[in-house]
Amino acid sequence: MSWSQLFFYVFAVLAVIMSLMVVTRRKAIHSAIFLILAFICFAATYIVMNAELLAAIQVLVYAGGVVGLIIFVIMLVKAEEDEVRQTHGQWIIAAFIALILVVEVAFVFLGNLVQRTGNLAGKMAQAGGNTEAVGLVLYTKYLFPFEVASVLLLAAMIGAIVLAKYKLER
Amino acid sequence: MTQELVLVVIKMIVVFAVALLVVAYLTYFERKIIGHMQLRLGPMRVGPHGLLQPIADGLKLFVKEDIVPHDSDRWTFYFAPILNLVCALVLLAVIPFSYNFMVTRLNIGVLYILSLASVGTIALLLAGWSSGSKYPILGGLRSAAQIFSYEIFLGFSIMGVLMISGSLDLVKIVEAQSKVWNIVYQPVAFVVYIIAALGELNRTPFDLPEAETELVAGFHTEYSGFKFAYFFLAEYANMIIVSCMAVILFLGGWKGPVLPGIVWFLIKMCAFFYFFIWVRATFPRYRYDQFMRIGWKIMLPVTLANILVTGIVMMLV
Amino acid sequence: MKDAYWPLILVLLLAVGFGVVAVLMSTLLGPKKPDPIKLSPYECGVDPVGDARMPFFVHYYVVALLFLIFDIEVVFTYPWAVYFKKLGLFGLLEMVVFIAVFLAIFIYVWGRGALEWE
Repeated sequence: MSWSQLFFYVFAVLAVIMSLMVVTRRKAIHSAIFLILAFICFAATYIVMNAELLAAIQVLVYAGGVVGLIIFVIMLVKAEEDEVRQTHGQWIIAAFIALILVVEVAFVFLGNLVQRTGNLAGKMAQAGGNTEAVGLVLYTKYLFPFEVASVLLLAAMIGAIVLAKYKLER
Repeated sequence: MTQELVLVVIKMIVVFAVALLVVAYLTYFERKIIGHMQLRLGPMRVGPHGLLQPIADGLKLFVKEDIVPHDSDRWTFYFAPILNLVCALVLLAVIPFSYNFMVTRLNIGVLYILSLASVGTIALLLAGWSSGSKYPILGGLRSAAQIFSYEIFLGFSIMGVLMISGSLDLVKIVEAQSKVWNIVYQPVAFVVYIIAALGELNRTPFDLPEAETELVAGFHTEYSGFKFAYFFLAEYANMIIVSCMAVILFLGGWKGPVLPGIVWFLIKMCAFFYFFIWVRATFPRYRYDQFMRIGWKIMLPVTLANILVTGIVMMLV
Repeated sequence: MKDAYWPLILVLLLAVGFGVVAVLMSTLLGPKKPDPIKLSPYECGVDPVGDARMPFFVHYYVVALLFLIFDIEVVFTYPWAVYFKKLGLFGLLEMVVFIAVFLAIFIYVWGRGALEWE
C-alpha cells in the first residue's frame, strides 16, 4: 500500500466517524462542530486524489460558509434551549434518499463513467495543474452549465431574500 | 524521505517558534508605539524599557485560574479558542519568506490561506455562543457578520493579481513581480485589500465586535487564562498572515536590491505591522451600519469594476 | 497526492498538539477556586437578566445567506482568473456575462433593502 492510499483510508475513515458523530450528537452545536471536522476530512481525501482546488473550495464554502450559516440558524431558532429531542419520524424519507444515493454511486462505478472522462491526470499535467485544468474545462467545454449555475444562484438569492423579508415582517 | 522529513520538521519548528515570538513582541510594540503616539511611555517596568513585558504577560496568563462560566457549553468553550489558534498557525506553513524558505509550497497557496482563515471565523461564532452570556453572543455575531461581509470583496480584490500572475502559487505570484510590483498595476485592489484586511482582522477602525463601550470585550468576554491568550495569539498571527499576503500579492514578496530576500520580506512585513498600529492610534471607530454600507455598497462594486478593467487592459496590452 | 501536501499533516499535528497541550497544562497548573458569583455570566456586576441565548436580529442571518451565495460566485472566479491569459477575449466576454448576472443579484438585493442596516 502506498502512502497516498494509506492517507486516503485514514482520512476516509475519519470522515465517516465524524459524519456519524454529526448525526448522533444531542446538541445541534456539537453536530455543527463535527460537521466542520468532517468537511475538513473530506477535503483531505480530495487532496489525496489530486483535486486541490476542490479541496480548498470544500473548506472555503462548506466548512467556512455553510457551517457558519448552520450555526446562525441554530442561534436564530434557539434550538439549544432544551436539548434537541431526537425523532425517528423521518426514517422512511431518509432511507429512500439513501437508497437513491447508493443506486447513483453504483451506477457511476458499474457504468464506467469514471473511465469515460479519460486520462484526467494527463490532462491536468498538460494544463499546468488542477486549478488550470478546472479553468480549462469549466470556461470552454462546460461554459453553458457554468452560466446556468450563476442564474441558479440568482434564483437562490431571490428565494433567500423573500423568506427573510417574510420573517422580518412577521 | 527521512532527510526531507527532518528538513520539514526543522523549518516548521523555526517558523512556529519565530512566529509566536513575533506575536508576543507585536503586542509589546503595539503598546509601546501607541503609547508614544499618545505621549505616554507604554510598558516600562518589566526589564529595560519593558522589554520582558510580553513574557511576563504570557506567564501570567499561563498560571491564571481557568474560569468556565456555568452557563457555558464546556466542550465548545474549550474547542473554540483551539480551533481559532490552529486555523491561524497552520496558515504560516505556506508563506514563502524567501524563494527557498517556506515549510511547503502549495500550488493553491492563496486558496489554502483564504479557506482555512474562513474556518477561523466559525471559531469566533462558537466562542461567542458557547459562553452563554449576552455580550459574547452579540460580539461573536458581529464578528462573524463583519468577516463574512468583508471576505467577499477580499476575494474579489485579489482577483486582479491572480489574473496577472496566472497562478494560485504564492511563489509564482512573487516571481511574476520580478520587474514591476503588482501595486503599480493594481493600486485600487491594494487599497481595497488593506480595507478588507482591517475588517477581517477586527481591528480599528473596524473593531466593532470588541467595541469596549458597547460590548465589553466582544466574543471573548468570558474567557480567561490561556484560552483568552489563544484568541490574542490567533488575532496577531492573523495580522502576520494578512501582512505577509499583502507583501506577497502586491509588494513583490522577497524582491529587493542588495539585501537578501528574507530581510526584504521581513522589512516589508514590519512596515505593515507599523501601519496597522498607526491606523489604530489614528482613526475613530465606525458605526456598524456605516461599516456594512462601506463593505457592500462601495467596495464590492469597486472590486467588480477592477476585475473588468484589469481584464480589458490585459486584452489591449 | 502531490509531494507538497504531506507536510501539512505534520503542521496540523504540531498546531493541534501545541493548542491542546498548552491549554490542558494551564488548566491543571492554575488555581481552582470556583464560587457561584465568579462562574455566573458577566453582566457588569448585575445578576444576569433572562436567557443569554435569545433570538437575534434576523439581519445577521441575511448577511450569512448573502455571504454564502456571493462566496460561491467568488469561488467560480478563481479558476477563471488563473486561466484568464489563455482564455483571452472569449474569457473576458464570459466574465462580462457572469458579472452581469452577479450585478442583477446585487441590484435585486440592494433594491429589496437587504443591505440596509437599521
